[in-house]
Amino acid sequence: MNLKEKLVSSFLAFENQVEVDTYVHDIRSQAIKVFEQNGFPKKKEEAWKYTSLNKILKEDYSVFPKQENALEYHEVKRYFVHEIDTYKIVFIDGKYSSHLSDTTHDGMDVCLMSAAFNKPKYRLIIENYFNKAAESDSLTSLNTAFSREGAYIHIPKNKLAGKPIQILHFSTGDESALMLQPRNLIVVDENSHVEILERHQSLTDNPVLTNSVTEIFANKRAIVDYYKVQNDKDKASLIDNTYVSQKQQSRVSVHTFSFGGKLIRNNLNFYQKGEHIESTLKGITIIGNKQHVDHNTLVHHQEPNCESHQDYKGIFGDYATGVFNGKVIVDKKAQKTNAYQANNNLLIDDKATINTKPQLEIFADDVKCSHGCTIGQLDNRAMFYLRSRGIPEKEARAILMYGFANNVLESVRIRELKRRINQIIANKLGVNIGFDL
Amino acid sequence: MLRINNLHAGVEGKSILKGIDLEIKPGEIHAIMGPNGSGKSTLASVVAGKEEYEISEGEIFYEGEDIEELSVEERAHKGIFMSFQYPVEIPGVTVTNFIKTAINETRKAQGKKEMPANEMLKMLRDKSEMLDIDRKFLSRSLNEGFSGGEKKRNEIFQMAMLEPKLAILDETDSGLDIDALKIVANGVNILRSESNAVLVITHYQRLLDYIIPDYVHVLMDGKIVKSGGKELAHELEEKGYDWIKDEVSV
Repeated sequence: MNLKEKLVSSFLAFENQVEVDTYVHDIRSQAIKVFEQNGFPKKKEEAWKYTSLNKILKEDYSVFPKQENALEYHEVKRYFVHEIDTYKIVFIDGKYSSHLSDTTHDGMDVCLMSAAFNKPKYRLIIENYFNKAAESDSLTSLNTAFSREGAYIHIPKNKLAGKPIQILHFSTGDESALMLQPRNLIVVDENSHVEILERHQSLTDNPVLTNSVTEIFANKRAIVDYYKVQNDKDKASLIDNTYVSQKQQSRVSVHTFSFGGKLIRNNLNFYQKGEHIESTLKGITIIGNKQHVDHNTLVHHQEPNCESHQDYKGIFGDYATGVFNGKVIVDKKAQKTNAYQANNNLLIDDKATINTKPQLEIFADDVKCSHGCTIGQLDNRAMFYLRSRGIPEKEARAILMYGFANNVLESVRIRELKRRINQIIANKLGVNIGFDL
Repeated sequence: MLRINNLHAGVEGKSILKGIDLEIKPGEIHAIMGPNGSGKSTLASVVAGKEEYEISEGEIFYEGEDIEELSVEERAHKGIFMSFQYPVEIPGVTVTNFIKTAINETRKAQGKKEMPANEMLKMLRDKSEMLDIDRKFLSRSLNEGFSGGEKKRNEIFQMAMLEPKLAILDETDSGLDIDALKIVANGVNILRSESNAVLVITHYQRLLDYIIPDYVHVLMDGKIVKSGGKELAHELEEKGYDWIKDEVSV
């Protein structure tokens, strides 16, 4: 039985575990049909031309973990940004860990999707928002069909979240191969502000496949800063489907830091549904060793006077492959749009590959849209310059790579996170120099 | 300190230096002058260790050691510094961070501990004041968007921070106005001591009004064709290079 068949047939077992006579379950039932019909995406589909899921789909994944596993904080502390006070929503093998979490209902809800699905007081939010931004492509549908657990965050209006929220998913390796499908819903009401960090981390070398869906709704004048740290083990793969729906004057930024994992696909979609919106999509990718990272972005400008900024930097070594596919749609109505997109890449090994493709579909005539992509190598003149000042070759390379990617970090507003990422970059580049600029 | 014997070197099969002999002792300032294309910058690059250049004949001894096999950074660790004619722009790396890394990597290579942060800070402050460098300048990306004069001053600032034994100034005067020239020269003069040496490479004499050389050498077509004292520089300024060409060919 292949993975698709296994998933489809396990939907029956899933239905025995959840309430079926609900609004949400109707959506799930529709979604499993979409997945059953379409299956996993194939390379012949334009959006998957450069990313093949074949290899990672061959593992015999458990789709429901058999038992609950516990972790002690000290075992996993290093994966948290622990220097600062934060709310925490933590999952172990897909199950909520109350022991490691720090949630709240005090003036806002930082809690669980399972609670939001089941408790009547969340019904209105679920009916107004759940699955309203997500597309119905096969992977998102697959997640929707099995949606049961994840992070639920609702910040009511005129509220500062006060401290960042960390969402962490650990996999213990208790199962020989595990598939996870977290589902997150984030609703930020008028004038409110929240910062969210998300990380998926496996603790052993057993294969893990995560197919995650996150819906973010930023209402009028809301500010959302979302940071994804992707530095997982070599056998862990992640398909991240994130949908951001913005109302007027809201500002949402998503930073994606991809340093590790076997295969990562980021489907990041922004929909602008009001005027004077700002959307920011930034990323740093540094990979080698046959790793594969694919950024597939969409910004859909639907209303006038909005901005979007995309800045993705990639550094690819060994046999690594990178993909950037950035689509910007400007509707006829969306006059005075200012859309910027940049994708710059360094290939530091002959065997590394990058496929980059900007896609602009502009139907308005009074807009400012610019895009640029570059693929280059380290500059020999710069190398000589650094080395002539006593900086050894390896460190000189690291400094040039860091300098290349650095401007993406400038907009990270959480200092401790920035420091953490600097440290990961130094480790990744194999040098022991502080990048604390 | 530096002894070059019968040095022949070139790049991509093209020979540029065709038998250079030069000896520089501690405490001395030497100037190498010559028309464009005579091999001045090649000489600087070969001593600094640029890998594209191949030495086909001859030797370079630095403090008694043949340095041909040493890498660029190893030469830097031993105290050789070259100020670039065209300093490279490095976006995303601040001047301060670059210099800190350079100093600490050099100290590491010399078996010393990293410089304590407060000592580093004091040194950065003192040396930037000495060269009339605005503190804001230190947190800018290295050379990015710097004017020609700022780039050159930044080179001398790096030199002041790294305190090399042998400083090679490759056309440091080009693109400088007279005030910047004075500041650069002043920096070099302050750093002069009994134990270090400076090799000034220049097309024009005017820098040598401020950095007074002990010896002046004229480089033409890959060879030193004439050496003399500081008065030779004035003579070149007055008469140009043609008279030497005539003298040599005779």
